[in-house]
Amino acid sequence: MKTYRANVMICAGTACVSNHSLDVRKAFEEEIKKRDLEDEVQVVTTGCNGFCGAGPIVVIQPDGIFYQFLKPKDVPYLVEEHLLKGRPVKKLMYVPPEEEVPIPKMNDINFFSGQMLVALRNRGMIDPEKIDDYIARDGYSALVKVLTTKTPDEVIEEIKASALRGRGGGGFPAGIKWETCKRAEGEPKYVICNADEGDPGAFMDRSIIEGDPHSVLEGMAIGAYAIGVSQGYIYVRMEYPLAIERFKIALKQAREYGLLGKNILDTGFDFDVDIRRGAGAFVCGESTALMASVEGRIGEPRAKYIHTVEHGLWNRPTCLNNVETWANVPVIILQGAEWFTSIGTGDVSENPWGGSKGTKVFSLAGKINNTGLVEVPMGITLRKLVYDVGGGIPKGRKFKAVQTGGPSGGFIPEELLDLQVDFEQLDAAGSIMGSGGMVIMDESNCMVSMALYFIEFLVGESCGKCTPCREGLRQLRYFLKKIINGEGTVEDLEEIEIISETMQKASLCGLGKSAPNPVLSTLKYFRDEYIAHIEQKKCPAGSCRALIKYEINESCIGCLLCKKQCPENAISGESKKLHIIDQDKCTNCGVCFSVCPVDSIDIISGGEIVYHHEALEVENDKETSV
Amino acid sequence: MTEVNAARDTKPETVQMTINGNSIETEKGKTVLEAARENDIEIPTLCYHPGLESIGACRLCLVEVAKSSRPGRKNLVTSCLFPVENGLIVDTQSNVVHQHRKIVLKLLIARVPDSDLIRQLATEYGVHESRYVEREDADKCIMCGICVRVCDAMGANALVTLSHGLDKYVDVPNKNACIGCLACALSCPTNAIPFEEVGDKRRIWGKEFDLIRCEVTGEPIGTPEQIEHIAKRSDLPIDSFLKSANARLKENAAESVGVKL
Ligand SMILES: Cc1cc2nc3c(=O)[nH]c(=O)nc-3n(C[C@H](O)[C@H](O)[C@H](O)COP(=O)(O)O)c2cc1C
Ligand code: SF4
Ligand code: FES
Repeated sequence: MKTYRANVMICAGTACVSNHSLDVRKAFEEEIKKRDLEDEVQVVTTGCNGFCGAGPIVVIQPDGIFYQFLKPKDVPYLVEEHLLKGRPVKKLMYVPPEEEVPIPKMNDINFFSGQMLVALRNRGMIDPEKIDDYIARDGYSALVKVLTTKTPDEVIEEIKASALRGRGGGGFPAGIKWETCKRAEGEPKYVICNADEGDPGAFMDRSIIEGDPHSVLEGMAIGAYAIGVSQGYIYVRMEYPLAIERFKIALKQAREYGLLGKNILDTGFDFDVDIRRGAGAFVCGESTALMASVEGRIGEPRAKYIHTVEHGLWNRPTCLNNVETWANVPVIILQGAEWFTSIGTGDVSENPWGGSKGTKVFSLAGKINNTGLVEVPMGITLRKLVYDVGGGIPKGRKFKAVQTGGPSGGFIPEELLDLQVDFEQLDAAGSIMGSGGMVIMDESNCMVSMALYFIEFLVGESCGKCTPCREGLRQLRYFLKKIINGEGTVEDLEEIEIISETMQKASLCGLGKSAPNPVLSTLKYFRDEYIAHIEQKKCPAGSCRALIKYEINESCIGCLLCKKQCPENAISGESKKLHIIDQDKCTNCGVCFSVCPVDSIDIISGGEIVYHHEALEVENDKETSV
Repeated sequence: MTEVNAARDTKPETVQMTINGNSIETEKGKTVLEAARENDIEIPTLCYHPGLESIGACRLCLVEVAKSSRPGRKNLVTSCLFPVENGLIVDTQSNVVHQHRKIVLKLLIARVPDSDLIRQLATEYGVHESRYVEREDADKCIMCGICVRVCDAMGANALVTLSHGLDKYVDVPNKNACIGCLACALSCPTNAIPFEEVGDKRRIWGKEFDLIRCEVTGEPIGTPEQIEHIAKRSDLPIDSFLKSANARLKENAAESVGVKL
């Protein structure tokens, strides 16, 4: 392969592409041609870097210099300075929040340095549409290794010893699943890759597929060899067109190279993969619903007293694993189970349930500086994840809670920030690992409203088949709405708890069983906030519209801005005089609050100021300077 | 293999298990619900129908099962789906079972406040009043899915569930597929499917059918679409369906004593 003096790695993940990274690529190509650098500098489009809030992102290798927010017009200067004169351009680099000195190297940026890449090992390093790039970084050597040197049972033993647990939600040990599938009666057997990724805002799996599709295919091929399968399926949601495209290209290339299809590498092993598109319902990610959907039936769950590893797709033994689970497999084969178990928590020498090994990809969203995708070792503390990797909370506000595990996950409060993120501890805290979604909330988020927000999502996603989930969600939504409207009673909390318990115990599938988590966990850690809504008619976060009012305080400079913007004409006052809000006309839309240039608008709830810009910031400054 | 041996080989395996402390014997392949009912142990059900595949939707038939008598090993399962097995210990009346059935019924009564059946069951489980919100414009459908499965079993396949979650409902999207046989309406546990028979017309699912009455007794027999469908499926002449069961009984009786009607 031809080598170059420098490689310009342009991120072509979904977020960067929508921020016009492909125009940036064009600008690079033109500029490099213009300056006759084509033989020295190569432009490569890569998958998502995970730092999606800063796109378009370009990393110049081999030095690993990181540039963010690039526009085509920046490119000529950058090429001249960096690629010709060897002077990296400071003003296009990353500057940490509240600091001034830019950090040139990608690996020195907290967001990246706190990470450990296993599933995302090729992130930003390869062109996902080129199988040669993947192969150049040891791709398919794990498949070659198992086909030429290991028996299927040895592969299963290796995966079992690695204690790799499913990354799609349940955390079931992959090796045990493979073994059960292998021993189950019935032919043919199938393997499936679950790329439904129904959690709103999560894009772990999409990112792996878009950035490194062959890692998933290789994992599946290894699993297929171990279990004795010749047909696999990838179930991808239709809303992921780029991921589907990348898979298609990868499949075609792998077949051309003889890495998929009949008689792979002349070893007599046959395996091929088909893509199935899902309509993107959250519940279709559930194993039985997914299999019904692959078969072309309505994607509804069925009771699983007989497991899908024994009676799955077309009633045949079927091994379903998540995208990230599959992507871990080749690395485990190459580096060994011992290496894998050296990362993470717990003791898995007796059984794989004893701990959480390896890494996990999380998506960070909500009130956090570095929104994006990260891969970290299991057992990292929430504090490190939020403050180091995630860069802390914007606007100097205070962390309040993090919701983990997708829409049916639980909330974890500040006092548990030192919790180690693994299957066991999240479970013990009343939440779940789920597929790795994390939504960070600050003090302006009302916990009751946030619980309602997730319940509303689940209301829209329940399949409606069984009573506890369908009717339980109806009632949970009703009681939560009552509370945020200031009409709740303490007995309502009891009803919520009783209904939740029946949902957890008696629902048919995992959706209904986990649906009460957002409510139960907020009730557990933020019960006071519920009580404040009920007894004092107060929303401490100042966010429930029915329980707050806006008032203008004496710091008002009389700029007329709020008066002009108020859609209800509720504000009176002359220029340079104190303005007043007519409470009878005000609908609590909050426009004045957001336009006030001097933060003179207070939010009052339960007769107290609950939100006062300045006061808040001062308070936080104090805290951080201590 | 001799015929005797073949017969012996296909004989279902017996299974020994306990329900509510009584040991019972049943056959492999049955469900806990079937085993219980064979032994006159009552478990309430709504979405179960003996002639149809179970789907475990209503969750009323919950029971606790354990694979060993060690404490802490009990699971709450739906008996209409859970397969029997040797040594299984089933409790159909525990406090836990009672509690969750009660909440299921409380949830259902809020869904279908006008259903007599659900109200009666709820009362049996001690539900007299509730603070739950009642569904607006509530019909009597509890989403048990029996109608859809019956229609499928009839071979008409006209009924389906549409939408999902709280908005899920049953309807006939393709009116041509409905043969007006009433199988859905007559098997609905809550009588949620309205139909009408006036003169020589039958109405159901917003569609009007001609109604054929018995040549002898004048009782309603069915719609032409229905009779044609059944005749085709059973490979019998249409004529054989044009008399009511009563008329046929009378005829048979008369024949057997040699009288010609
Ligand atoms: C409501 C619901 C939604 C789910 N959605 C997904 C999903 O989007 N992706 C996924 O991999 N697993 C999802 N799961 C988990 C799957 O049922 C299954 O456990 C998983 O795909 C198995 O793979 P793993 O062991 O590798 O995690 C979901 C489960 C439930 C109950
Ligand atoms: S728990 Fe919810 S999503 Fe699952 S089967 Fe029941 S209604 Fe459908
Ligand atoms: S009868 Fe078993 S779930 Fe309805």
